[in-house]
Amino acid sequence: MSHLEKVFETTDLLLRTEHSLCPGCGEPVALRTILELIGELGLRERTICVAGIGCYTAFPMIMDVDVLQALHGRAPSVATGVKRVRPDAFVFTMQGDGDMVSEGLQEVLHAAARGEKFTAVVFNNAVFGETGGHMTATTVLGQHTKTTIGGRDRERHGNPIRIAELIAQLDGSAYVARAAVHTPSGIKLARQYLHDAFRTQLDGKGFSLVEILTMCPTDWFVPPDQGPAFLERNLVPIYPLGVIKH
Amino acid sequence: MSERALMEGSAAMAESAVRAGCRFYAGYPITPSTEILEYMSVRLPEVGGTCMNAESEIEAIGMVWGAAGCGVRSMIASTGQGISLMQESFAELANAQIPIVAVNMCRGQADYFQATRGGGHGDYRFIVLAPASAQEAVDLAQLAFHLADEWRNPVMIMGDFLLSHTSELVEFPAAAFPEPSAKPWAVTGANGRRGITLSPLGPPEKLSTDIAAALGAATAKHAAIRAAETRAETAHLDDAELVVVAFGFPGRFARYAVRLARERGLRVGFVRPISLWPFPRDVVATAAQRARAVAVFELNAGQMIEDVELAVRGRVPVHAIGGISHDHSGFGVGPLLNVDYILERIEAVYAA
Repeated sequence: MSHLEKVFETTDLLLRTEHSLCPGCGEPVALRTILELIGELGLRERTICVAGIGCYTAFPMIMDVDVLQALHGRAPSVATGVKRVRPDAFVFTMQGDGDMVSEGLQEVLHAAARGEKFTAVVFNNAVFGETGGHMTATTVLGQHTKTTIGGRDRERHGNPIRIAELIAQLDGSAYVARAAVHTPSGIKLARQYLHDAFRTQLDGKGFSLVEILTMCPTDWFVPPDQGPAFLERNLVPIYPLGVIKH
Repeated sequence: MSERALMEGSAAMAESAVRAGCRFYAGYPITPSTEILEYMSVRLPEVGGTCMNAESEIEAIGMVWGAAGCGVRSMIASTGQGISLMQESFAELANAQIPIVAVNMCRGQADYFQATRGGGHGDYRFIVLAPASAQEAVDLAQLAFHLADEWRNPVMIMGDFLLSHTSELVEFPAAAFPEPSAKPWAVTGANGRRGITLSPLGPPEKLSTDIAAALGAATAKHAAIRAAETRAETAHLDDAELVVVAFGFPGRFARYAVRLARERGLRVGFVRPISLWPFPRDVVATAAQRARAVAVFELNAGQMIEDVELAVRGRVPVHAIGGISHDHSGFGVGPLLNVDYILERIEAVYAA
């Protein structure tokens, strides 16, 4: 027993490994990946996270970095103020699809167009998780939510927004990628994209955004173990993974 | 060393803010506050600061939130309409105890309720200061940054079109209040310490969920602010049978009308609240104790009059002698802003 090899440990930037989110949620996986990278890149002492409002608002209290809590939708303007007065800080925002794409779309578009030198991270699970399963601007056509009971319908509810592609069009964005955390290889790619986005910021090149598709089995109304398959089947075809701009 | 200059109230206030250590400003152009944005866009880069011409008022206050959260003295200005758009952030800035200075160059005086009650949610309060001249705007801008840091609470300066656009001789004081050397509440990066969370939703300490304590701390100071930060100008109160109450730039017109009434032998006194919150309730109450009536001159449908009535507590009648007043531009400068008119109303109430 004494010579068991340690093959995995979590970063000490995570103050507690228990989280209060649902079983099968993808957001804690994304958070751990972000914090591991911050630790490895030696950025902890320079990091200021600007957090939005969603299920992940439970994270700041277990993250051993400075966090500025913003209003729903407003993290990009708050991060702009932070980065402008503290250009040496490493600044990233943490928003969901409801926060960034529904409530605060204008904010992220303008921040990207201005080329603000922070990294925007959006956890996209295509649903309002915290409110209990309602349609967001990224809910895919046919997806059942409590406000699209029969499935999102183009005529009645409009079309989903591909935020990463939208941001990539703007001259101020320097790095844009979309990852997913539903498979081990997906997590590895997410880690690579986050790393490259962070480097873009550290090199002063402009606005960077990583969209991370995350599982929400609770509000997709499937058992926790079916979250990854649901994501692969329903989200990936609409939100293709990969580097969109670099 | 102090320094004198002939400046519009808006520019004078902006310059005073820079001298008070303001290094971040974000705004969206709107009359009559635009000149502050214009001034800051030139002036702040000269001192190593940042001015953002934001894409909306909502983003402007977000940017100010971010800069102020880092411990940098930050300011925003607009007029009532733009200030309305900022209310959600105002409420939460107060709950997060993030000090900012917000300026409302109001159209008329229609935003008294908005400033003193707040249009946002929750139990928050802004300290509200109402200058009557460019010089007082300079002085109160210095005080505003000091009070914001001292109480860790947002402070609003409420002016109007006339204050913003009237050029007057002003004197800039040599550093009135030094900026605090340490702001341990600010997010700076967790260098040599555990991370903190600066949030309107809960405490700064990690792993703590004591939300009631955090919100309690943000509001428990209200009583102390009421006790310590009430400001008013008074005149002729000793023998006053009628007390006229007015605030801001229009308060100067009312003050002059009171002087003319005195010259005509009328025993009229004057109170000008400088802090609208906390409202100088005791000053008004004491003045009203010896008087037989109180008259309120304000350029709106009747807002401050409710605070005056709360102070007077029904002991004497309280009359409204102001009203909504605009010319064709709609910026709150209209026919009621006239000393002859105010004097006429004072005489009518006095004779009643």
